[in-house]
Amino acid sequence: MMPQFNVMENYLVPRHSIMSEEEVDELLKEYGIVKGKLPLILMADPCAKALAAQPGQVIKIERESPTAGASNYYRLVVEEKTGL
Amino acid sequence: MVSYQYIPKKIGKIQFALISPEEVRKMSATKIITADTYDDDGFPIDMGLMDPRLGVIEPGLKCKTCGKKVDECPGHFGHIDLAMPVIHEGYTKLIKEMLSATCRTCGRVKLPEERVKQYMERINNIDTISLKPFQYLSLSGSIRHEAVKVTQCPHPDCGEMSKAITLDKPTTYREEGHKLTPKEIRERLERIPSEQLLLIGLNPAVARPEWMILTSLPVPPVTVRPSITLESGDRSEDDLTHKLVDVLRINQRLQENRDSGAPQLIVEDLWELLQYHITTYFDNQTSGIPPARHRSGRPLKTLAQRLKGKEGRFRSNLSGKRVNFSARTVISPDPYISINEVGVPMPIALELTVPMRVNEFNFEQAKGFVERGHNIHPGANYIIRPDGQRLRLTERNKETLLEKLQVGYIVERHIMDGDIVLFNRQPSLHRMSMMAHEVRVMDGKTFRLNLPDCPPYNADFDGDEMNLHCLQGEEARAEAKIIMRVQEHILSPRFGGPVIGAIHDHISGNFMLTHHNPLFPKEEAYHILSRTSFKGKLLEPDIVDENGKEYWGGKTIFSHILPPGLHMEYPSAVYTGDGDVEEEDSLVKIFPDDDGRSRLVTGPIDEMSIGAFKGKLLEKIVRDYGSDAGREFLDDATRIGITAITLMGFSTGIDEEDIPEEAKLRIRDTLVEAEAKVDDYVKKFNSGYLEPLPGRSLKETLEVEAMRTLGRARDMAGQIASKYLGLKNSAVIMARSGARGSMLNLSQMSGCIGQQAVRGERIQRGYQGRTLPHFKQMDLGAAAKGFVKSCYKSGLNPTEYFFHSMGGREGLVDTAVRTSRSGYMQRRLINALEDLKVLPDRTVRNTSGTIVQFKYGEDGVDPTRSARSDPIDYEDIIRTAMREVA
Repeated sequence: MMPQFNVMENYLVPRHSIMSEEEVDELLKEYGIVKGKLPLILMADPCAKALAAQPGQVIKIERESPTAGASNYYRLVVEEKTGL
Repeated sequence: MVSYQYIPKKIGKIQFALISPEEVRKMSATKIITADTYDDDGFPIDMGLMDPRLGVIEPGLKCKTCGKKVDECPGHFGHIDLAMPVIHEGYTKLIKEMLSATCRTCGRVKLPEERVKQYMERINNIDTISLKPFQYLSLSGSIRHEAVKVTQCPHPDCGEMSKAITLDKPTTYREEGHKLTPKEIRERLERIPSEQLLLIGLNPAVARPEWMILTSLPVPPVTVRPSITLESGDRSEDDLTHKLVDVLRINQRLQENRDSGAPQLIVEDLWELLQYHITTYFDNQTSGIPPARHRSGRPLKTLAQRLKGKEGRFRSNLSGKRVNFSARTVISPDPYISINEVGVPMPIALELTVPMRVNEFNFEQAKGFVERGHNIHPGANYIIRPDGQRLRLTERNKETLLEKLQVGYIVERHIMDGDIVLFNRQPSLHRMSMMAHEVRVMDGKTFRLNLPDCPPYNADFDGDEMNLHCLQGEEARAEAKIIMRVQEHILSPRFGGPVIGAIHDHISGNFMLTHHNPLFPKEEAYHILSRTSFKGKLLEPDIVDENGKEYWGGKTIFSHILPPGLHMEYPSAVYTGDGDVEEEDSLVKIFPDDDGRSRLVTGPIDEMSIGAFKGKLLEKIVRDYGSDAGREFLDDATRIGITAITLMGFSTGIDEEDIPEEAKLRIRDTLVEAEAKVDDYVKKFNSGYLEPLPGRSLKETLEVEAMRTLGRARDMAGQIASKYLGLKNSAVIMARSGARGSMLNLSQMSGCIGQQAVRGERIQRGYQGRTLPHFKQMDLGAAAKGFVKSCYKSGLNPTEYFFHSMGGREGLVDTAVRTSRSGYMQRRLINALEDLKVLPDRTVRNTSGTIVQFKYGEDGVDPTRSARSDPIDYEDIIRTAMREVA
């Protein structure tokens, strides 16, 4: 058996967190979109797995950026990629 | 100008389906039975491939099916009934999966009842809005995969064991080695129940799996495959017709043989031949079979070839089309037009037109255009009546048309000075490859282009041609003028600096004008500034001599074209930072004087100030004073440069690279010494005393040391040579100011060319342990591995010349490979990114509204409007503020 790693602990992986319902509503309102218009992340993604994210939840990714300081990215958790 | 009321129908939706044999027959105007096209009198044969019921291609005739004439009749399909079923080449993979996923006897999907029920439920529950087609596609795919893996029919009333089905390249199916005929396959597919089709990816409302096996073949209308009559009177048929003739012939023979009870072997051979012809009829590049050829040996262009690839219908006729109101000719330079302009030769100006709606205010003007007609320059070529009828202006009818002209007509007048046109050079790699220019009608036959516009187009004048497009609508012209004008593209979105800027002699000229501040008497100062937009009183002269004669320094003359209030300080291109006495005047300082007029205080104007890609002064003017000021400054600066270089005189010759005998000797000594050092390394290597570098083998260590020693020797030679090449030398002026060439070029001409490399290594390849027969075997010394001791001026010896050619060839091959590879890479990038746009809220979204970036480029900064990766240039702001306080 390979030892289990938590990818989230690696310094190269930006902070991932699951957003609460209210936060998601606020986010969708800010951009005037429905959930389906968010970028996707697979449930099988190592980070989504580590967070035990469920389809329909939104993961917030806080990245450090050399030009912007910090920048946030949001991805909708999906079971599988469906073309598109 | 197309109004929507003329569009008869609007497409609501498109459905893709399989076509059934019944449908083929139903839409057919005639059955085709004979392979002949025309009879001896040249009339089309009934029920032949050119049957008159298939449409009309000859003018004057009427279609036998719809009664319309050429261009009105769209053509009508016919059909061929195939003697035996044949596999459709495009569906081979799907057929295989259908066969494998279903039972070979009962035809049902090899899944137990309850699985089927579960899956049906999931299919019916698929989110009906956006993602439906994609979700269904992946679901039906995984259902098929699950069913394929089942080895025994799970239905209790059947229980048949499955056999593995393999697809043999193009169209042969085998079941555990036993060959399946299309007929057998069709029978099996027929057995699949319609209610289960949805599971495995077919919509039973519009498709049955057995329709993937052809029993009747649609024959496209003659309008799709017109025959052409050659000058000699011979008819030449389209490739598709040729292919259909083949199909018909074999079909006929197959039918005859089968009906007369010929041996099974012969029937099967013919059947296979029919399969071949029909496969190549669809796609003549199917892998695994030889392409069908014309009698001349040229492969036939069949259906797939008409659509596919760069020359196919999509990329050649739909995504990109030939256009009207465009012109193409050779370009040549004109340094005296503005960067915003393009010189248009008269013959082209007489051809290209702009529509002009006649109203009561421009009526007289419009009359003028019509009166001059099509042959005198600002004239007109067509007038368009309010009913849409186009009338061509000729010498003869222009008087009558002039009388008819009234408000409401449209006059297509010639393009004139100041009109906005688009100018383009292929390959169009970035947005600066197509910019809006103002027309300047000129004599001659070439488009005239100002030199600063060359870098963005990547144009030169060795025979380059460019395209010009004449905008036809007011909105288009306004939009082009605002966002596509050349001056709006001086700063590049790639790195935020200027892509349009001074080049070559512009830079040499400005450098000579400003370096060490030469003095000019009043006439010359006036002469230089007369070419610019400068108006007003000259700045105070730098020197007044004892006779009262006034002299202006080059820096002062240049200061006239600077916009007011500039604070700048930066190193020029000749700045080395080592405090060499000769280069003391190499830091550029520009400050406003007491009147607020900007003055060039120290430093020469060179590539770092006004050059394309590097010009800081140009960049700042465009950024802080706007694109109008930027254009004006660039036009002025280039003209000043050219006037100065013409006034002062400038030339270069081979003797510029002459160096004294003593220098040659010193270079010679350095090189001999380096060669000896390399020989030393080789000796050590051969005797095993060479100390390997960490992480390298002995051989690699030798190579590294040799490369380094010889590289250093080359640099030394260059340094010795350049000691004798001062800033009085024209070639050095060009190299140091950044106008053209580099100091390396010069040191290769007068010093030493240096090591030649192939794949980044000394030249290794050769036979029997040597690169050329001129050397001893296993010689690892400098000369034997491609070190060129000579300089271009003295010439190379034969072995050096050969090695130099090897290096040169690699360069050529690399560029050829690079362009094709990067071209394809760019195409893929464009296809992936073409529908992305930045919205006012700075999100990047695609056309379906999906967010790609929440903030453009993570930080929302437009590189064109930012200071080298920072949103603002705070250093510049502080510097300006400090100066103003002081």
